[in-house]
Amino acid sequence: MTWEEMLPLLWPATLETAQMVGWSTLFTALLGLPLGVALVAFDRGGLRPAPAFKSALGFVVNVGRSLPFIVLMIAIIPFTRLVVGTTIGTAAFVVPLTVGAVPFFARLVETALREVGADVVQAAQAMGASRTTIVRKVLLPEALPGLVAGLTVTVVALIGYSAMAGTLGGGGLGDLAVRYGYQRFETLLMIVTVVLLLVIVQLLQSLGDWVARRLSHK
Amino acid sequence: MIQASGLRKQYGTTVALDGVDLHVREGEIYGVLGQSGAGKSTLLRCVNLLERPTAGTVTVAGQDLTALGSGELNRARQRIGMIHQHFALLSSRTVAGNVAFPLEVMGVPRAERERRVAELLELVGLDGRGKDRPHQLSGGQKQRVGIARALAGNPAVLLSDEATSALDPATTQSILALLKRLNAELGLTILLITHEMNVVKSVCDSVAIMSRGRIEESGVIADLIRTPGSRLTREIFPLPEPAPAGSVTLTFTGDPRQPVVSEVVRKFDVDLSILGGSIEELAGGSVGRLRVALDGADSAAALAYLRDSGLIVEVAGEAA
Repeated sequence: MTWEEMLPLLWPATLETAQMVGWSTLFTALLGLPLGVALVAFDRGGLRPAPAFKSALGFVVNVGRSLPFIVLMIAIIPFTRLVVGTTIGTAAFVVPLTVGAVPFFARLVETALREVGADVVQAAQAMGASRTTIVRKVLLPEALPGLVAGLTVTVVALIGYSAMAGTLGGGGLGDLAVRYGYQRFETLLMIVTVVLLLVIVQLLQSLGDWVARRLSHK
Repeated sequence: MIQASGLRKQYGTTVALDGVDLHVREGEIYGVLGQSGAGKSTLLRCVNLLERPTAGTVTVAGQDLTALGSGELNRARQRIGMIHQHFALLSSRTVAGNVAFPLEVMGVPRAERERRVAELLELVGLDGRGKDRPHQLSGGQKQRVGIARALAGNPAVLLSDEATSALDPATTQSILALLKRLNAELGLTILLITHEMNVVKSVCDSVAIMSRGRIEESGVIADLIRTPGSRLTREIFPLPEPAPAGSVTLTFTGDPRQPVVSEVVRKFDVDLSILGGSIEELAGGSVGRLRVALDGADSAAALAYLRDSGLIVEVAGEAA
């Protein structure tokens, strides 16, 4: 295969991967952040202790985390159809990607929030700050570098998941690697895809590290 | 200003506070002294209800905090400042941002906030450092930010949780001097807890000594010093205990240069040998404590003379 033949394949595939990962990252952040906050706030000794509810929440999160992504993707096909109306194509796979990444990111959010010192939270309580103020103005800003690091790890994981989604009709670089690299023995295209994924992951990770460092004032 | 009565706090079977009464008068600096685990930190945190006491009531500035709902409690807390051993500053905010935080909580508009922050930073000697980050400051400066933040809501009361325990001796003195100045200038009532006698000696008007969840002794320092057998006096002036039989312990609260001892030796037929003693500056004056052995025919008359001169005379083996 020549470059002229590969480029028209690589470019749309990269865009599809970017679309899947981009949208699912957005939804994961929107859903995972409140879930992570809930895991911390409802915990024993949290802002609003409700240990039974927290355990139930933790159980659901663990169920989501323990299913292999490829199984999860198939298992929630009815749900995907309900949400997007179809189960193939890039848009459809944003649903399983988000469902798979939300519990993962929520746990990372939980860890980042736990890093915030108890003394800082208590100081805010002593100042008469309400629980929502403490979450908005103390917990989240103080944990921001950790949250950015967690989101970076999540994006990288989503790129991995998206390759699996590709094999079930989601398109993207994973789909390309399977169809051309695996089924047609196009070794060169396979190598190019691998390098491309490596570069994307490295760039995203470096960007995330840089932002997290800039935000940290420790 | 602060009135706590019958405070009990239990964690499971552990009793942290075992029936504590505390009365802090307006405008005074009140020290709670005790070793770690004595319950003093729990006591302080019960005053603004960071810990809810198992039993008992807490009244601050005439308001029974234990009776308030959470919204009202939050409003009451805005009028109670608190400073912390490890400063508890937000690393995500600048110095000015930290001081502005309680003002944001209170809903003070931005322009007013900025004016107030500048005022507070100047008050604690940090003018011009508003844009710095907490990690760029020394421990003493961080505590000054903590103090500025605690004063943002014009509190009537300041609670200090071992505020100088993480600081070196010189910095400790400068922070204590600042607290003393704020107490004098703003009429701020300060309740502080500490394990350092030095803190009590330098700034406190009143003290409570805590041990195992109870207050063992409390009162105005100047009065306690004049109370024979007080635990505070014994702790400030460490003399060998128990005092040897027949020895006499003298406590001077007036001018330390009063030549009472030499007078006694001149006037009466007694020999006096000094066994130990020291002079300390506290409660706004000098207090000396001297242990002596008196020998001679006129011992009884000499002791009576010392008592008449205003000294507190404790004879070992004799009930106070």
